[in-house]
Amino acid sequence: MAQRIKLFLFSHGPLLTTITVFILAFLIGGWLYPAMKNPQVFFNLFINGGSLLLVSIGMTLVILTKGIDLSVGGVIALTSAASAALLRAGVSPFVVMPLMVIMGVVFGSTLGCIIQFLKVQPFIATLMGLFFARGMAYIISLESVTIRDSFYKSLALTPLHLPLVDAYVYIPTLVGPFMLLVAIYLTYFTRFGRTIYAIGNNEQSALLMGLPVARTKIAVYAFSGLCSALAGIVFSISLLAGYGQFATGMELDAIASVVIGGTALSGGVGGVIGVPFGVLINQTIVSILQFNGTLSSWWTRIGVGALTLIFIGIQSVFYARRKYG
Amino acid sequence: MKNSSLLNRIRESRLFLPLGALALILAFDALFLPGFFKLGIIEDPVYGNHLYGNLIDVLNDGAPLALIAIGMTLVIATGGIDLSVGAVIAISGAMGAVLINPILGNQLSLNVEAARNATNTPLPIIVLADLAAGTLCGLWNGLLVTKAKIQPIVATLVLMVAGRGIAQLITNGQIMTIYYTPYFWFGNGFILGLPVSIYIVLAVAILVWVAVRKTSIGLFIESVGTNAKASYYSGINEQNVKLLAYTLCGLCGAIAGLILSSYVHSADANNIGLNYELDAILAVVMGGTLLTGGRFSIFASVVGAMVIWAFTLTVYTLGVPANALLAAKAVLVMVVILLYSDYFRRFLNRLSERKAVQPEVEKGAERGTAN
Repeated sequence: MAQRIKLFLFSHGPLLTTITVFILAFLIGGWLYPAMKNPQVFFNLFINGGSLLLVSIGMTLVILTKGIDLSVGGVIALTSAASAALLRAGVSPFVVMPLMVIMGVVFGSTLGCIIQFLKVQPFIATLMGLFFARGMAYIISLESVTIRDSFYKSLALTPLHLPLVDAYVYIPTLVGPFMLLVAIYLTYFTRFGRTIYAIGNNEQSALLMGLPVARTKIAVYAFSGLCSALAGIVFSISLLAGYGQFATGMELDAIASVVIGGTALSGGVGGVIGVPFGVLINQTIVSILQFNGTLSSWWTRIGVGALTLIFIGIQSVFYARRKYG
Repeated sequence: MKNSSLLNRIRESRLFLPLGALALILAFDALFLPGFFKLGIIEDPVYGNHLYGNLIDVLNDGAPLALIAIGMTLVIATGGIDLSVGAVIAISGAMGAVLINPILGNQLSLNVEAARNATNTPLPIIVLADLAAGTLCGLWNGLLVTKAKIQPIVATLVLMVAGRGIAQLITNGQIMTIYYTPYFWFGNGFILGLPVSIYIVLAVAILVWVAVRKTSIGLFIESVGTNAKASYYSGINEQNVKLLAYTLCGLCGAIAGLILSSYVHSADANNIGLNYELDAILAVVMGGTLLTGGRFSIFASVVGAMVIWAFTLTVYTLGVPANALLAAKAVLVMVVILLYSDYFRRFLNRLSERKAVQPEVEKGAERGTAN
């Protein structure tokens, strides 16, 4: 029994650490600022972290294949700017939203094809994607475009009261958890998901085993593009605007959340289950800073950077024996 | 026969592609943008008579990027990457601004103080502090990569996120304006009618070139980039070589930060040196250094940086808004990367093979260097 507990602790070490850190951070926040004990504050983490959660889910799948997707922030900006411009032109939101999702998937799969067939390193190809998407967003509009569409407004402003607790969320907030369930199903219960892990552990062996490496890798980038496009829609709904400057540095926050969530950047280890906790930790830091009021916003960046490093350290302790032992 | 081998040598040269691209862009300017090449002498009461014109602007504006490209070349040659150069620029610029300004960032500056044109710290110390800050950043990156064994992308990503935060911390979140004329010399001064920054770039490039080509450091860097494990087994201290490359990259970033903050007379932690990472990578790739590491050329990267600025200024002159330039640059990166990709090389080789059958030995040697 003790052996099994030990094994369990070792194989889930980073994830358990993350959950502990999150609970501790939230408790410290609640102890420092009693107002943080309000359940609504907890759900605000989901409301504010909605788009971060979405891109982090896509990013996790990409990182599991040993890749990286730096284009997510750009896709969010492009989606928000494009949808705002289309809505201003009078296009129905029921056309705009599917269009944006299709655009994200096409964008992601194009990047995937460049990476797979032209053998360009993922971070270069996606860095290019980031700048391309941001540039396109600026070409659509140099200024921020306000969204006045009534459907978007109703989505943004109708609170959805939760049962049992005295708190509310908005409808777009639910997209993140829904995609999380989809991603959990995909990675743990489908052949596609197992192939992702196989590629991340060793692409060469995956290929030799006859797994569809090329198809899976492109699909992973397409999925990340889909998540980014959804995040862009959520982002533009919550701000009711579209602008090329939106979500700068989001890719780094997403990578940090993925790492904190227990996924190794060397690929093949971890999973999407930890992602929400990574995002929650990120958002908890932000809200503690907001509650404090005197601390400045740059501490978020420094804090997230430091936490990422610490968690990479924790991972190397836990995963060292698994990979090389 | 001799003629064709000379042609081949030119085609094989590292400088061929960047110089070719530069010539292409300048030819385009000559055809479509009359007045692009106009050079004149301006009489400047502060810095003396000097040249002005678009070509001088290309050299002057491209100087910080060229410096960063030099550092980035070394890092990429070891098989790594440094995404934190923009943040290093911000930190170094912030350092200079804080040391100069007699008042802290959170206090209001009065006109009296601004007009004093004074500094808190002697200029040499300011410059040294700038350089030290950047070098420390580079050292930190290097330690993360070599001692903590974190992948270069991630290790430098951490400083890329946190670095601008640190720069804001130094300037207390303010955009600090610098009111100290001697400091402006680095970005705006002239020697013999040419901008000071050009001389700085030349000096750094020549120093680095001597260091890597006249000693064995360059060979070590190439060998680590080609195969780190093999270098380790052949007795090269792979860790120290990488550490040196990252530290030098930080130093180059610091010099670039010095020039940039002096050029714009201020330190804006959020915007100074923005997107320099991509530009520097582009410059290095254009200079023929493979992103997987190995052979590199310092001067080709410098020319690559000039190509980027010639391209940028051309696009500006055409009237494209600055932000939309991003998309154009992204396409440029892609084209350049594709030009250097194995597929294109194979395609090119097939073309030349069809023209003249080369001796088998030479082909084998060629393939050996290409990989």
